[in-house]
This record gives sequence, C-alpha cells and structure tokens, in this order.
Amino acid sequence: MMELLQTIEQAGQGLLGPFWGPLWTLVKIVVIVAPIMGGVAYLTLAERKILGYMQDRVGPNRVGYWGLLQPIADGVKLLMKEIIIPTGANKFLFVAAPVLALVPALVAWAVVPFADGMILANVNAGLLYILAMTSLGVYGIIIAGWASNSKYAFLGAIRSAAQIVSYELAMGFALVCVLLAAQSMSLVDIVKGQQHGYGLLGWYFIPLFPMFVVYFIAGVAETNRAPFDLAEDESVIVAGFHTEYSGMGFALFFLAEYANMILISALTSVFFLGGWLNPFEGWPVLGAMTAWVPGLFWMLAKMSVFLFIFLWFRATFPRYRYDQLMRLGWKVFIPLTLVWVVVVAAWMQTPLWFW
Amino acid sequence: MMTIETIVFYLFAALSVFAGLRVITARNPVHAALFLVLAFFSMAGIWLLLEAEFLAITLVLVYVGAVMVLFLFVVMMLDVDLVQLREGFWRWFPIGALLAAVMVGEMIWVLGNRQTAETGAEVIKHAADYSNTKELGRLIYTDYVYPFELAAVLLLVAIVAAIALTLRQRRTAKRQDVAQQVAVKRNDRVRLVSMPASARVSTQAQPDEAAASDQQKH
Repeated sequence: MMELLQTIEQAGQGLLGPFWGPLWTLVKIVVIVAPIMGGVAYLTLAERKILGYMQDRVGPNRVGYWGLLQPIADGVKLLMKEIIIPTGANKFLFVAAPVLALVPALVAWAVVPFADGMILANVNAGLLYILAMTSLGVYGIIIAGWASNSKYAFLGAIRSAAQIVSYELAMGFALVCVLLAAQSMSLVDIVKGQQHGYGLLGWYFIPLFPMFVVYFIAGVAETNRAPFDLAEDESVIVAGFHTEYSGMGFALFFLAEYANMILISALTSVFFLGGWLNPFEGWPVLGAMTAWVPGLFWMLAKMSVFLFIFLWFRATFPRYRYDQLMRLGWKVFIPLTLVWVVVVAAWMQTPLWFW
Repeated sequence: MMTIETIVFYLFAALSVFAGLRVITARNPVHAALFLVLAFFSMAGIWLLLEAEFLAITLVLVYVGAVMVLFLFVVMMLDVDLVQLREGFWRWFPIGALLAAVMVGEMIWVLGNRQTAETGAEVIKHAADYSNTKELGRLIYTDYVYPFELAAVLLLVAIVAAIALTLRQRRTAKRQDVAQQVAVKRNDRVRLVSMPASARVSTQAQPDEAAASDQQKH
C-alpha cells in the first residue's frame, strides 16, 4: 500500500512537476470529504432506524432493502424541490448562509488523523485550528436567521448564537486539559501521547474523565442536537433558523449538522479515546489477537460509538428549557472545567501522573 | 521578484483594505459587521504568512468566533434607523477628520521612529517544526510575566466592573432554586390518599381539606 502511494507520488512529480503538489492535495481532500458525505447520508438513515427501534417502530423500510436507498431518495427529492427566497429576505446572505454553515464543518477535517500517517495536514497548532473552525459554524446559523427576515428564524438564530458562545468556553477549557496532558497541540502528538503500551488504560479519558463528559456534552450542544436543539425548537419557533429554507438550502443545513456530529465524534475519539490506537495493545491475550487490526478500524469504531450516543440522546432526553441550558453551560460546565484545569496542572507535577 | 508568497500577501492585503473600507461605507450595519469579519480573516491570513500561526488562529478564534458573534447578535437586535444615523454627518465631520488625522499621525510617528520599530528588519525564516505557540508561551511566562499578569488583573477588574454596573436585583422577578428543585422528595409534592372503593364519598368536604393541607405544606 505504502509502496504504491510512493510510486504514484514519484510518477506524478515526474509528469506534472510543481503542479503535482496542489493536485495531490486535492485528491486527498476528495478522499476525505467523499466518505464524510456518504457517512452523513447514511447517518440520517441510521438515525431514523435507531430512533424507530427505540420507539418500537421499524423506521424507513420501503425504499430499497432495509430502506438502504432512503438517503438517496431524500437527496434527490431535496435537489428537485424549488428554492423559495422569501420577499424581504437579504438574497445574497440568504443563499450564502447554508454554505457558511457547511464549510467550517468540512475544513476542520484537515487536521484530524484517521490512522498513523493518515492526515491531510499535521499542523502543530491543530487543536487551536479545530477550536477556531468549529466556532465559525455559528455564522451560518445567525446569518440564516437574520437574512430570512422572519421572526421565528431570527429567534432561532439568537438562541443559537448565545448557546454556541456559552458552550465554546467549556469546550475550550476541556481541551486545555488535553493539551496540558499531551504537552502538544498537534492531534497526532495527542494520540501518540496516549500510547503507553497498556491499551485503553493509557488514554486520557481516565485522568480527564470529567472533561471527557463535558467535552462530549458541549459538543452535542455545539451541533445543536437534541436535547440542546433550541435553535430549531419546533414546538416553540416552528423550525428555528431554517424555517424559511426549502430544497437544497435546507439540505445543506442538514449536511452541516450531521457533518458536525461526525466531526465531534472523531474529535472526542482523538482527544480522549486514543484515536486510532488499539484498546487492547500490550494486553496478554487480546493484544496479540487484535494486533493485525488496522488503526482506521479502531478510529471508525470509536466514532460510531459516539454517533450512536448522539442518536441515543435524541431518543432519550427531553429538550432543555433555555434558562436550564444557560445554567448548565455557565454555572456547571465552566466552573467544573476551570477547576479541573488547575487539578490536572497540579497533578502533572506529582509522581502520581501516569499518563 | 514576485514569489507566490508576495502574491498571496498582496491578495490578503487588498482584501483587508477593501473589507476595512466597506466596514465604514456599508449602509447596513449587519453588512458592516460581516465585512469586519472578512477583514479579520484576511489579517489572519497575513499573520499566517509571517509564521505567526498562534496569533492568526487566536484572532479567528477570539475575534471572529466569539467577539463578532456577540457584535452581530447586538447589531441584529437593534432597530437601527439609517436616516437618523446620517443626520448631522457634515456637522461632525471636522471633528471626526481631526481625530482621524491625529491617529494617522500617531501611527506614522510610532512606525517611522527608528527607536520604537524596526521597519526594515528581515523576517526570520524558521524550520517546519518551529512552534510559534511554544515560543510565545515561554516568553509570556518568563520575560514578560509581570506585564502579562498586569493585563490579566486589568481584564479581571473590567469584568468585575461590568458585572457590578449591570447587575441589579429585581424584587419582582421570579427565580428558581435548582438545588431545591433537585432535593425535592416525592412526599413534598404528592400525597397518596387511600380511599375505599365502595364507600360513598362526600364531594364537597374532602377536596377542600386536601387543598388546605397542601397549602400548609408550602
């Protein structure tokens, strides 16, 4: 596999010279984005199926075997629908908003390692880059809410802006703990810092357990998923920020939301569950038995677990009231994360720090 | 010589100048705020070219990701009357122009002065594994630890002052005590009454009694 890639690189260098670099990067980007888009499509089906079974229904089962063609049918339907731009809407921003929502969800993948060496750009400030990019997703939502010139959309946008700014802080502090533990901001180094030869005992979710929980819950809040989906609170404000969107504009918001879910799952795996590392590495019997499994498999398995939890949350918890949401963010998560930063910093100075 | 870096620099510089101009010329305040976001982005691009990736990303994270979101939040909620905003533009123009001139003069003085700025200094190129973040962290917590702590205290004072200025207790507002809510037991809220199924129930006396005892509990 590696030799094949090297031969391709050399052949490309010979053929195209200086233009080969950008072209090869483009190929890599397509190789990352295409499966994410496929994953998004089938995550919608998984969501409907899992929610269905949790609610004692069967979920979609008419289009294709087990409903497997349902996402394609949905996609085609949304593509064919008319895009309605409301009168009084700011046309340019109305059209730009879904794009602004989707782009940050995809660009953040540039620094996510899928396996050892499988990364588009190993930036040494990768963690900061991730924080910066995920904080941009809110622009799509507030611009959509404002440009729609609709009360409901605007209320959804305002809710979302306040919510994302609040939870970003807790998320940032949780990641400060991770970078303290790893002593690096590169995602590759963070994963490698969790490799001690003891398998899952070396991962950061053990010393940073409260941060692990806070990060994932804040991630659910950042992606506007239930129980934090107040931006599209259908029982109160119709459909929130995307009330006025139809057809492909609506579909892009959905793509962004699901791409963000996959991203948060990937990031939680990288930061707290050792990314591509084998959980049984160095264990007596299981370690030898699973040594042949590629890192990509572990990464995808961990991501799937978190994606399932996302869907499970949605089927389980009722939506937060707005003041409860703000209370959880400001009065519970931020103090907790602040204290844990100090605890970890002090703990690391003692011989009791095994990570 | 035009290297790719120079081309990228002029691209970002032109973009930030354009965005900066549009911030003050755009009629719609929301558009102006969004152009400010664009200006921040192009400045972050220029800083990346200078290998200051920590500052560049922090600019995007703090200013674009948080400050401008709140800014937009406020601008969108205000009902800005454009006609009223333009009133008296020419009356105040001389003062505005004077202020602008003073600011430009200060900038020229600071940047043009040999002692305060090294304008002609070459940008030092670093190896690929050079970490700007690490260097900055080391400097902030060693050489510049006192100014850094001073800035932190200043910000803390500002936070406390802002809260003190806006905090007012409203007597009429109803508040929840979440701890109390969580601590509630079943017996505080529900009274189970066992009633014989066959006996005749007088419909007037009992509900009143229940209500009375409920009120006592509260």
